[in-house]
Amino acid sequence: MGVEGIGAKVLRKEDRRFITGRGRYVDDMSVPGMKYAAFVRSPHAHARITGIDKSAAEAMPGVIGVLDGKQLQGDGIGNLICGWAVSSKDGTPMKMGAYPALASEVVRYVGQPLAVVVAETRAQARDAADALAVEYEELPVVTKAVDALKDGAPQLHPEAPGNLIFDWELGDRSATDAAFAKAAHVTKIHIHNNRLVPNPMEPRAALGHYDMAEDHYTCWTTSQNPHVARLVMSAFYNVAPEHKLRVIAPDVGGGFGSKIYIYPEEIVCLWASKRTGVPVKWTSDRTEAFLTDAHGRDHETEVELALDADNKILGLKVETTANLGAYMSLFSSSVPTYLYATLLSGQYDIPAIHANVKAVYTNTVPVDAYRGAGRPEATFVVERTMETAARELGISPAELRRKNFIRSFPHQTPVIMAYDAGDFEACLNAGMEAADVAGFEGRRAEAKSRGKLRGLGMSCYIEACGIAPSKAVGSLGAGVGLWESAEVRVNPVGTIEILTGSHSHGQGHETTFSQLVAERFGLPVDNVQVIHGDTDKVQFGMGTYGSRSGAVGMSAIVKALDKVEAKAKKIAAHVLEADEGDIVIENGEVKVAGTDKKLGWHEVCLGAYTAHNLPDGMEPGLKEGAFYDPTNFTFPAGCYICEVEVDPETGTTEVVQFVAADDFGRVINPMIVEGQVHGGIAQGIGQALLEGTHYDDSGQLITASYMDYAMPRAWDLPMFKVSTTETLCPGNPLGMKGCGEAGAIGSPPAVINAITDAIGNNDLTMPATPEKVWKALNAVE
Amino acid sequence: MTDVSMTVNGREMKGSVEDRTLLVQFLRDNLGLTGTHVGCDTSQCGACVVHVDGKAVKSCTMLAVQASGASVTTIEGIANGVELHPVQAAFREHHGLQCGFCTPGMIMTAVDMINRHGSSLDEKTVREELDGNICRCTGYHNIVKAILSAAGAAQTPAMAAE
Repeated sequence: MGVEGIGAKVLRKEDRRFITGRGRYVDDMSVPGMKYAAFVRSPHAHARITGIDKSAAEAMPGVIGVLDGKQLQGDGIGNLICGWAVSSKDGTPMKMGAYPALASEVVRYVGQPLAVVVAETRAQARDAADALAVEYEELPVVTKAVDALKDGAPQLHPEAPGNLIFDWELGDRSATDAAFAKAAHVTKIHIHNNRLVPNPMEPRAALGHYDMAEDHYTCWTTSQNPHVARLVMSAFYNVAPEHKLRVIAPDVGGGFGSKIYIYPEEIVCLWASKRTGVPVKWTSDRTEAFLTDAHGRDHETEVELALDADNKILGLKVETTANLGAYMSLFSSSVPTYLYATLLSGQYDIPAIHANVKAVYTNTVPVDAYRGAGRPEATFVVERTMETAARELGISPAELRRKNFIRSFPHQTPVIMAYDAGDFEACLNAGMEAADVAGFEGRRAEAKSRGKLRGLGMSCYIEACGIAPSKAVGSLGAGVGLWESAEVRVNPVGTIEILTGSHSHGQGHETTFSQLVAERFGLPVDNVQVIHGDTDKVQFGMGTYGSRSGAVGMSAIVKALDKVEAKAKKIAAHVLEADEGDIVIENGEVKVAGTDKKLGWHEVCLGAYTAHNLPDGMEPGLKEGAFYDPTNFTFPAGCYICEVEVDPETGTTEVVQFVAADDFGRVINPMIVEGQVHGGIAQGIGQALLEGTHYDDSGQLITASYMDYAMPRAWDLPMFKVSTTETLCPGNPLGMKGCGEAGAIGSPPAVINAITDAIGNNDLTMPATPEKVWKALNAVE
Repeated sequence: MTDVSMTVNGREMKGSVEDRTLLVQFLRDNLGLTGTHVGCDTSQCGACVVHVDGKAVKSCTMLAVQASGASVTTIEGIANGVELHPVQAAFREHHGLQCGFCTPGMIMTAVDMINRHGSSLDEKTVREELDGNICRCTGYHNIVKAILSAAGAAQTPAMAAE
């Protein structure tokens, strides 16, 4: 592999700018003449706008313009879209309510923007936004999905009677009913999957610049997928034609899904720049982020698991109500459907599965993909149910899982997915050994002597990454293809630029992607520059989410490197008068195998550009591009084991040990992969113990700051014990599966299984706050 | 508007600001020192930590006029030319950062922590003293390792096993 090739722990190239304060995030950008935007947001969860009086705001110091939704509509800016079409089981299309970038008639959640103020300074813009006089007629409010489905509930959108967006199903209901009819044991539980706020540390920001002379727009934005942002802003929102719009996502401070979507603010900044004639920058504050970044999860689910007398699973029934908030965000429809129900087979051989999902409008922030996106919800359903079943049957949770593991591949589940490779028992064994499960009862007894209740819980997750084969997702309703692009530009001196359609917002692509070149040509990673996030530099790409940058993005780079290598070998063979098949490239040299004839890599590259001695008919230059469309999803899987101690006096839970044993296929940089797992586990423990998103009955988000929403802090978490096993993914050239979301997918059920084990009461919802744990322990309602 | 002057990273800096201007806004908007970040509105996240007269301070919690006359050090000012500060180097060596947004505040907090505790730092103390710094990417695991390493402190058994 070489010291910097595949499998090497290479320190990150991008770190130097971040540790010296020279990162370049959107809010760090300024352009000459730039002014500041502040948004006027609804203070009501549901209200009709009956009047807007701009006179006071327009008279405030420094104000350049006050723009509202009617003007936006008048200029032909289109409504926001949902890019994944899901149909109900009766065949009717999903019911999408109109979602304008600035509301002009009705507001449907607290924080929804309805006007924008552009002013000389941030403070002046905010002062003037506060001075805008808006009259509202308040309407009744509903925040919980189950309530929104009831007769007489407040109605959000005329397009969606009963607030029902779709009533969708997957699997075979009659086969599942037949399986349950044969069951020796049925386990039933109710699952609440709590709503989460993604909270990347960098708040969203947008800088829109309309250049009147060129009739051209530039948008700097905190995006995980700037190319898709350009396409959508152009094709659907009519901001500008694609060739007149440049989108740049520079350093982006975390995303976790929340920066996939194209939000009203970046559209409005571009539009407002043209309207006011100045570049316009907006930066979210943290409370705006809580009020407007797409939230995650928020499912209520009834689960039933049927087992035979030998404890083999016969069938699974799942009924889920998914809260999608007040509007359909860009990929919201796919999360509780094709990213959720398709994973309900877990790691187990389940002959019959049926899932029914109702997606519902409420007066809350739109809900979309958040780290894991559907797969954490599926894993929580399956793994809480498995643990519960084992306890009811009086057998060890590990044994119930072992008994039902899928053991041969490929394996077709009853819910679309065809698992291509895996060794679930290897992960379970590695996890149990690392967690010293055999010694747990001794530790439990020792904890008891200190007055603490110790519990152990596990979770064997599987997820689907490498999203995804374009034809497959197209058949399931996706509005886009999910391939990735790459271009490899070899300079005349032999250094290399990799242009990728993936986007790094913490994942370390500049390092990991460079390692492919080190592996291929034996060049130092310092000789490679990775370029991403600018639609003027990279032609097109699909961006980073769904743990796809490795399995899809790097596969595209491999394809382009194949072409570069082939051409370099042709040139070298011609110059060295050797057979092309005898040329090998290693350690920065291009050699004729078995001889001492060789060229430096840089000599071959220079030769490609001088073009003095190329094979007849060969074009000069050394630059190749590739598009890679995956052949299947990839299936990372693993075993997570959590050990907790509960203080029975206070209900406080301490995570005393957390083990992760993951199978990610081929690992390129183990240091970066471990870091991804650490971060994912922290978010999963956050969901399980800390993070609760609460609306009051009037639809006010009462957890809209770090004073109220419990982010995981250093003292909430232990050191993590992480390791990997490896079965290669057969579907892509590197055998990679993806690692970005696993931690957040696998960990919540492990934590809750551990606490419920400790307290001896299985009835516990997330987040398992001390109050809830104490009440569950003492069986107090 | 009020005139302020302060020493920032060893250089005399002057400016004229609205009274309500926060120190972090003065550093970012007036001086162009954008390494200091704003991650929340409630002095919780610590992305804005700088040193004022040698002590770690959240620069979103202090007015620029309050810092007038003080000596301020930001993330841009702790390396010696191209030579990284040992805490910066430790964050890189131990992969104590991912997206990099919380990192300047983390490093400035860590430098202050090490100044006060030296090699007597332990994991528990580091975790307690990181209470005012939020990271969403790393799960803190490698940040704790980096700080202990930079302090020359003993590693816990769990860390040494890696």
